[in-house]
Amino acid sequence: MFSVIFALAMMQQSPPDSAEPVDWDKEFGVEEQARDPQTGEIPVAEYPQSHDNAGAAPMDDAAIAAHFGGREGIRMIAARTVELSENDPRIAAIFIAHDTVRLKRTLAEQFCYLLAAGCDYTGRDMAAAHAAMGVRMADMNALVENLQQAMREHDVPFAAQNRLLAKLAPMSRDVITR
Amino acid sequence: MIAKRGAFIISNLTKRRQMRCMKAFLTPAALTIAVAICPVQTAAQDSDFLPGGKLVLTNATSSIEGSSGGGIATWATIGGLETDRGFGVTGHATIIELPDYGWQSHGIAIGIANRVELSYARQNFDTRNVGAALGLGRGYTLNQDVFGAKLRVAGDLVYGDPLMPQISIGVQHKRNLDGAVTRAVGAASANGTDFVVSASKLLLSRSMLLSATARYTAANQTGLLGFGSGTRHDYAIEFEGSAAYQLSRRAVLGAEFRSKPDRLGLGEDDWMDLFAAYAVTDNLTLTAAYADLGSIATFEDQRGAFLSAQLAF
Ligand code: HEM
Repeated sequence: MFSVIFALAMMQQSPPDSAEPVDWDKEFGVEEQARDPQTGEIPVAEYPQSHDNAGAAPMDDAAIAAHFGGREGIRMIAARTVELSENDPRIAAIFIAHDTVRLKRTLAEQFCYLLAAGCDYTGRDMAAAHAAMGVRMADMNALVENLQQAMREHDVPFAAQNRLLAKLAPMSRDVITR
Repeated sequence: MIAKRGAFIISNLTKRRQMRCMKAFLTPAALTIAVAICPVQTAAQDSDFLPGGKLVLTNATSSIEGSSGGGIATWATIGGLETDRGFGVTGHATIIELPDYGWQSHGIAIGIANRVELSYARQNFDTRNVGAALGLGRGYTLNQDVFGAKLRVAGDLVYGDPLMPQISIGVQHKRNLDGAVTRAVGAASANGTDFVVSASKLLLSRSMLLSATARYTAANQTGLLGFGSGTRHDYAIEFEGSAAYQLSRRAVLGAEFRSKPDRLGLGEDDWMDLFAAYAVTDNLTLTAAYADLGSIATFEDQRGAFLSAQLAF
């Protein structure tokens, strides 16, 4: 018994070099990435911009966007989806590791574009955006649930919710990589 | 698993957070603890035996044969809440209250990686007064075991090409425990095996689920009256179709149809039902239906209430 306590006490001693602060960022190779002071986004490598990157054609229905509260509603739904996902223990790790300031903007652009609410999509294509992210089917379902919750909170009728999901669901081919 | 996932997703920001957390534990002994409690976040379900993860209702309910499906129709879906890895499981109980009969069935299904489904169901068909009329004795109950296996061969119910359904093939081996009765009504055998091919798709743009199944079978009244007639197993292809409309994430309304042969000359009819299913929680789904099972053993107009409860993990 005594020896166990003694051993524990020994182990609790500070390491000899603790007086010298360790640069843990350096030890683990963490690099600082500067955010653009204007947009708050971390710049990304250049890529060709095209509406094709949005992954689907806009809906052929001028009335659909109104169910989502127009452009402003769509922006809030996209942002809320990202927020929910950042705080969702199932998939938070995937989001924490990325620039969600940019994601909120580009995701809103994509939804707005697909819902024919008159936005340009300026983000990357789905395969490029999700490459090496290791997204699995379960992660995809978690994100869908968060999007559904965000749409519910904004009183989007269920049939209209599904019409947006119908546009997104086939993109799973480019998103789910494992 | 953790390491593998970590490689994919831990980037600079997570490392930084973890380091900040670890700095609070700067003694060697405590560091071990810190490694354990600082958030190296991975999908929480990774190590679970029953990981879950399917969208609610996409494991379908349990059909009367124990396979995942609607009430009377088998679908291409795989039971259990697992996605492409791990196990899932469902258990269900169903009653159908008919004018002259009482149906009770229960069973379990195991889903493996949303790819394979193994199922078992026990069917108990209470003949009530009909039993007395047929000389079996009042309340004579016909019993049958159904052992099923299903394999998803292509497609996905929800994702991928909207025109490409989830397609599954399956077998259902049925063992009727009342061989004397099946022989007496003229069936060739008390045991039989059905072969099924199903295609199911959730058409999100219409909030509709459509499913169609072809069943190669020799069963009379799904096997409760045995298989084949006389000495022949005479298999035929029967059809099962379902259409359901999603009212919300948790509620669907639908209709089903199931064609049936009449080998025994007892006036066996096609079946149909109108159903409502509700996912009370992510794990509990209740189904209520109005079922029309037509004529059963010459007793006509067997229409009544179908109630089913399914627990899924
Ligand atoms: C069909 C489903 C999905 C769609 C339509 C979609 C859409 C998008 C869009 C438009 C972007 C922005 C690309 C850019 O800024 O250039 C993006 C990036 C991202 N997506 Fe998705 N996504 C889907 C599924 C998922 C899933 C399932 C996850 C994880 C659970 C996820 C996590 C992310 C992350 C973390 C980023 C940021 C990437 C970066 O900045 O490097 N996405 N997604």
